[in-house]
Amino acid sequence: MELYIALKIIWALLLGVLLSGLAIMVGMDMGVGTLLRFVGKTDAERRTSLAIIGPHWDGNQVWFILGGGAIFAAFPTLYATSFSTFYVVMILLLFAMILRPVAFEYRSKVDARHWRASWDWAFLVSGALPMIIFGAAFGNVLQGVGFHFSWDGQYYQDESFIWYLLNPFALLCGVMSLALAVYQGGAMLMIRGMGDLAARARRFAVAGGLLALVLFVIGGVWIEFIKGFVFTQSVDPGMPATPLGGPAVAMRAGAWLDNFHAHPLLWLLPALGACGMLGGSLALLARKPVLGWWLGALAWIGTIATVGGAMFPFLMPSSTTPAQSLTVWNASGSAYNLGWMLGFAVVFVPIIVSYTGWAFRVMKGKVNPATVVADDHSY
Amino acid sequence: MIDPTVVNLSRLQFALTALYHFQFVPLTLGLSFILAAMETVYVITGKQIYKDMTLFWGKLFGINFAIGVATGLTMEFEFGTNWSMYSHFVGDVFGTPLAIEGLMAFFMESTFVGLMFFGWDRLSKPAHLAVTYIVALASNLSALWILIANGFMQDPAGARFDPTTMRMQFKSFSALVFSPDAQAKFVHTSIAGYVSGAMFVMGISAYYLLRKQHREFAARSFRIAALFGLISTLAVVTLGDALGRMDDLLQPTKLAAMEGLWHSAKGPAAPWKLFALPDDAKQRDAFSIGIPYVLTPLVAHEWNTTIPGIYALERAAKAKTVSGIKAIIALKSFGASHDPAALAAFRKHENDMGYGFLAQRYAPDQNLSAITPALLPAVLAKTARASIPNVFVEFWSFRIMVGLGVAFIVVFAFGAYYSLKNELEKHPLVMKAAMLAIPLPILACEFGWVTAENGRQPWTVYGWLPTFQSASSHGIGYMIFSLVGFVLLYSLFIAAELYLMFKYARLGPGEHAVQPKPLPVPARPVFGQPGYANKPWQ
Repeated sequence: MELYIALKIIWALLLGVLLSGLAIMVGMDMGVGTLLRFVGKTDAERRTSLAIIGPHWDGNQVWFILGGGAIFAAFPTLYATSFSTFYVVMILLLFAMILRPVAFEYRSKVDARHWRASWDWAFLVSGALPMIIFGAAFGNVLQGVGFHFSWDGQYYQDESFIWYLLNPFALLCGVMSLALAVYQGGAMLMIRGMGDLAARARRFAVAGGLLALVLFVIGGVWIEFIKGFVFTQSVDPGMPATPLGGPAVAMRAGAWLDNFHAHPLLWLLPALGACGMLGGSLALLARKPVLGWWLGALAWIGTIATVGGAMFPFLMPSSTTPAQSLTVWNASGSAYNLGWMLGFAVVFVPIIVSYTGWAFRVMKGKVNPATVVADDHSY
Repeated sequence: MIDPTVVNLSRLQFALTALYHFQFVPLTLGLSFILAAMETVYVITGKQIYKDMTLFWGKLFGINFAIGVATGLTMEFEFGTNWSMYSHFVGDVFGTPLAIEGLMAFFMESTFVGLMFFGWDRLSKPAHLAVTYIVALASNLSALWILIANGFMQDPAGARFDPTTMRMQFKSFSALVFSPDAQAKFVHTSIAGYVSGAMFVMGISAYYLLRKQHREFAARSFRIAALFGLISTLAVVTLGDALGRMDDLLQPTKLAAMEGLWHSAKGPAAPWKLFALPDDAKQRDAFSIGIPYVLTPLVAHEWNTTIPGIYALERAAKAKTVSGIKAIIALKSFGASHDPAALAAFRKHENDMGYGFLAQRYAPDQNLSAITPALLPAVLAKTARASIPNVFVEFWSFRIMVGLGVAFIVVFAFGAYYSLKNELEKHPLVMKAAMLAIPLPILACEFGWVTAENGRQPWTVYGWLPTFQSASSHGIGYMIFSLVGFVLLYSLFIAAELYLMFKYARLGPGEHAVQPKPLPVPARPVFGQPGYANKPWQ
């Protein structure tokens, strides 16, 4: 039992790692996609922007796929319920995610203005939309989602999808997520781009970083008034993984700050996030894009850890049947499964990080527009 | 209440998106190894022509790869978005190979493919070759884990149903990974990919040879592809035979439908149906031609054994359903009360619980407790009928796949023979056949998928969870929204993909599709950075 609890906690942390990896790496590419039409005034500049992330976007995208797979295996009930209740936004996200790889590969293969302009729009939509949805998903989960389960484990949705698309707090989180992505993408364009391209990227990135900071602070104040979730009965963290028949849960405004009041050290997490956004923007202003990129990564980690720290152990609370809220304790895989997966993660995550680093080292350096345009194989 | 329309639309969407995705996967699997082979020759001999070959086929690989990766995302999402009950029921064991696939294979494939396309000038020859091999190995490793996941749907080995959590729980990693079905299917599927890649290269090379373009280049490409393809096709057939035997043991309903066996086949003389028109509604053949003394040795590799037919399987299903209904009623009662007596009753009928789920659809209000003794025979009959996959679809998709496979052996054999004798140009018919055959291996792969997955019906997890029970509880509006979106987006993709494929294939190696234009004079000096002019490639 003790081991099972430890595995559940480790996988909750690993979920955070995966979401951070996804946000940083995919967010960067999405940011470049969003900025493409704004930082690139000429076709050469746009192709250069794409070439900057060209060798890496595919690998980065796997963070997203791995995130899906890991949630599926480590928290099956969370995967089954969240993907289905958020159906409309998930499908939109999916459309964006499949449009993007095709846009990369096809855009520059035909030299026609309308062809390329269409794919540039595809980059904008498939970059901005997923980041807004990614952030808004956090915003929705923080407010609780309307669902309940039948005896056999099937979920039933109790709310219209319109609410998930258009609710003010979720939109704030969505815009903040997009702002951080623009920041991260802009920083990368500064690292490997030159001239006007880098100068324009810097303006957008700094604006993105500062906007994210403002929204982060507003969100922090807002959360005081949003109904969070708390257990009103004692919980056995080693409980079998089923949302049925669990302890009672209540909703109370400001409850998401309970963890912070109980463990003041947690305040370091939002502080880290805010420092990342502010420090990163200053670093970009001082033309230190590499430092800025890493501070942007820190901003993401701080933000995601803040949400995780506030909600723990809740993963996806139910606003209509709070006692069936999904938590780290009741939505996880079995101990045997979590153990095997941990083994694979321990071996392969360091390998992945090292070859990703190697790939970036091999391709490092400024991207020269002249070679990009001359190269038939380039994006 | 489960809405049958939503289940059917979910099935339609999954089938369309999976078949669509599967158009691109075989080429990725096959071309990656052909690229590795060509680049190996380049690194060993140092001849530029082999680098040109690698670059040219690599570009076509890239066009195909992007859309393959993109449409693969759909599959990973759809379990959660459309098959919520399935995901809940098997996520603990089915999600694991998918997660491991990401960790072990997909990351590697996708990271190194970037270096493969863009790292030519930045890596040494051997390092680039290693990168190409890693891409090929990783994409095959990826197929391995996906097919291990699929193997679990066909033969749920390594997990046990847990009544407390109401799901299959992972019990044995080795049983999951070394499931014979998964292993045989992995080799069968990945080699089918090599056949597709080989036919692709051979067919396009034949096009150049017929037009007397790039002759040296095309002749060499043709030879590599023909040999690779011949060996692969022979291997595919062997593994397919192994899979057939596996179905004999593990999925009798699939095998019976594949062979159109209404009556059990007893003894060596039972005919193998070469041609038949199975009528599912009347449960007999409208017409059939059989060859005696072929079926039993072909399927079972022995003379004296009985292969159960559909009538016998339906009788067995009725007995299981009676027991399964008791299992589900006990399970529901245990879920509500945690009463040990209910658990004991469930345990007695546990292994038939899938048939209880299957019967739910035919019970009044989909409630098993509402089945009266008077209604029972009708429920049993409908459940038994539902336990058999569509025979017509299964029979013909299997035969089309096998027929195409045999045809490929002929095309590759003639191609290899004349290519080795350097007499290809005297036999334009062989080259025309190769050209026309380009899409056929992919078609065969699609029919293979239909054979495997239609034959698995009515289950998502064979014998444990019916497809009807697996879908998310959506409204029809959601399904129409996503289906319309997929159809629009995927039509756009296939049009763009085919346009580019034809365009680049026609252009041939060493020619530029997009003529480089001189850059307009930059507003600020691009080369203004110190040291830049000396190293323009950085």
